[in-house]
Amino acid sequence: MAIIALTMLALIFGVLLGYTAIRFRVEGDPIVDSIDAILPQTQCGQCGYPGCKPYAEAIASDQAEINQCPPGGETGMKALAELLGREPIPLNPENGAADDGLPMVAIINDATCIGCTKCVQVCPVDAIVGAAKQVHSVLDVYCTGCELCLPPLCPVENCIVMISVEKTLKTWKWSNPQFHLEDSAT
Amino acid sequence: MRKLWRFTGGIKLKGFNKPSNTSSIHQIPIPEKLILPLRQHIGEATEPLISIGQRVFKGELLASSTSFISAPVHASSSGTIVDIGKYSIPHQSGISETCIVIETDGLDEWDSNITANIHPEKLSRENLHTIVKSAGIVGLGGAAFPSAAKLKPTRKINSLIINGVECEPYISCDDALMQSRPDEIIRGVILLQRMLEPNECIIAIEDNKPKAIDSLRTALEKLANAGVLDTTNISVIPIPTIFPAGSEKQLVKVLTGKEIPQHGLPYEVGVVCLNVGTTSAIYDAVYHGQPLISRVVTVTGSEVNQPDNYNVLLGTPVVNLLNAAGSIGFSKYKLIMGGPMMGMNLPNSDVPVVKATNCILVEKAEQEKGTKVMPCIRCGTCTTVCPMKLLPQQLYWHAKSKNLEKLDHFNLSDCIECGCCAVVCPSKIPLVHYFRYAKSEKKEHEIKLKIADQSRIRSLVRESRLEKSKREQEERKAKRKAERKKKKASIPKKDKAIEGQSTSVPEKIEDKGVKTKKVAKIAKG
Repeated sequence: MAIIALTMLALIFGVLLGYTAIRFRVEGDPIVDSIDAILPQTQCGQCGYPGCKPYAEAIASDQAEINQCPPGGETGMKALAELLGREPIPLNPENGAADDGLPMVAIINDATCIGCTKCVQVCPVDAIVGAAKQVHSVLDVYCTGCELCLPPLCPVENCIVMISVEKTLKTWKWSNPQFHLEDSAT
Repeated sequence: MRKLWRFTGGIKLKGFNKPSNTSSIHQIPIPEKLILPLRQHIGEATEPLISIGQRVFKGELLASSTSFISAPVHASSSGTIVDIGKYSIPHQSGISETCIVIETDGLDEWDSNITANIHPEKLSRENLHTIVKSAGIVGLGGAAFPSAAKLKPTRKINSLIINGVECEPYISCDDALMQSRPDEIIRGVILLQRMLEPNECIIAIEDNKPKAIDSLRTALEKLANAGVLDTTNISVIPIPTIFPAGSEKQLVKVLTGKEIPQHGLPYEVGVVCLNVGTTSAIYDAVYHGQPLISRVVTVTGSEVNQPDNYNVLLGTPVVNLLNAAGSIGFSKYKLIMGGPMMGMNLPNSDVPVVKATNCILVEKAEQEKGTKVMPCIRCGTCTTVCPMKLLPQQLYWHAKSKNLEKLDHFNLSDCIECGCCAVVCPSKIPLVHYFRYAKSEKKEHEIKLKIADQSRIRSLVRESRLEKSKREQEERKAKRKAERKKKKASIPKKDKAIEGQSTSVPEKIEDKGVKTKKVAKIAKG
């Protein structure tokens, strides 16, 4: 009797589990997506991977450390550490200096651009428009400041340069009042 | 006697005298240059409609926008447009924004299209709304919210509140206006009543302004006795002097007992709030057809000889105002736009007076440096005075550590930056500065997230496009390979059959077809 009951139960649960596995199937890896959500999406490749998503996949599969993203900086690393339950570690200087918070965009000098389309092809977010032997131009609202288009990729010197984004009322920030406390401590 | 409610917190400010408290409003001479920012209001910036070198008349439309929440800009005096470019605007940041610069000719010639309305009482609601919108009227209490956007509520309005509270110390521009133009204000209120059809209309004034209360009550009586206009629903209500009673949310609570929901607007509880200055500007626009080109500004502070109220053309540089008011000690002073509680520092005295400028405060520069900031002792005094029922000490804690999640949890976005907490803090912590800093930090974080999302989508689209083109290329390659194989297989057959040249001709054509395709592909690449 006990054997029959247990077999029946096993069958029922087996069917139930099989059904839920098909019905509530999760496409993709949710961990990769939540890591990807923290990464700054500059797609700069400074981490050694061809973009933010591949780096997120590498972190998820334990192939990469969480300290390889300079644009994300200290805060990004801390957020990753919290998400994955790991200890925060200092940023790896091999991947480049941490972002100083000043947003930069690329700009193409119309006079020197030879229209080689190299930068058009490499831009990870399609922020450069242009055709062969035509002057190229950067769509600055989409530029992530990844610097992939800078020389040596660009064959012309001083053609593509990075400029800082002009502050507007929308992006202007109040200063950190922290210094007041330090002032009084001394 | 009307029942009044009490909002939580708030403070009775002492020690601030009101040296500028007089009934007279002086006129400032027309400045040589007028600097008019394209955005003097909350909302979208306007687009200039004029060109450099053009002569404009007083009241002529200079810039406008099609956006619902926006207000057009008009010429404050006649003259020539000399520049449309970036000039420093009256803001803490010292940021430059696009401004129209007029070199005045001193003639002060009105635009000939501006004429008085003969029967303002007969205008329809729709007409009145259009007049208010095209006159560029914004809230003159300091927030500069386009008034026309308030006057089309989507639900029934119970109370129309005219804000003459003016709770900030030092500022007296509304007080002076109520004393000098009571008739115009009440006529403006009647116009608003026709547009909104509220059950009641309250003109609220703090009880420390007895002259203003008297002047409005007398004017109201006179109009009622004349019997020309219906004034039965209008009442002048003095309210207790507790800072910040003039803030919209607190004023609605005091007069109606209702609380505006979080992130909501007053119309959601059936209330519309407008400043007395705005009301008088609406009167000017409807009765005389005049757009908003001037406003009353209080000039005061410890470094001013003759603190007073001045009627100033919009765009007048602040330095002209200071000269008129006889500011002393020109080397070391700081300029504040607004009151001592909620105002912001101005970067220099060349910035223009804009629609939001209610007061210019000139203070000694050293005043702030003398205060020593001590650590928070968690006394909780700030909590008892916060009119928004927030916990400033918790907010301070999390603002210091930039913990955005916690700041959200403690409703940082509800902070109205009134400054009560900072005034009572025994450790002299600049709490409002911390909250402003935290707010801009949060805003930046949100912008970053938005940009990241956009970049993520763009990179995904690019990747899938590259993949697709790669796949197509491979497919084509495979196809060609298959074709070549076919050809190879068919050639020996043909040889064997020893067919004539007739079959080779189509083959050649096929070859050519492949070649042209290749050429096309190279061109594409």
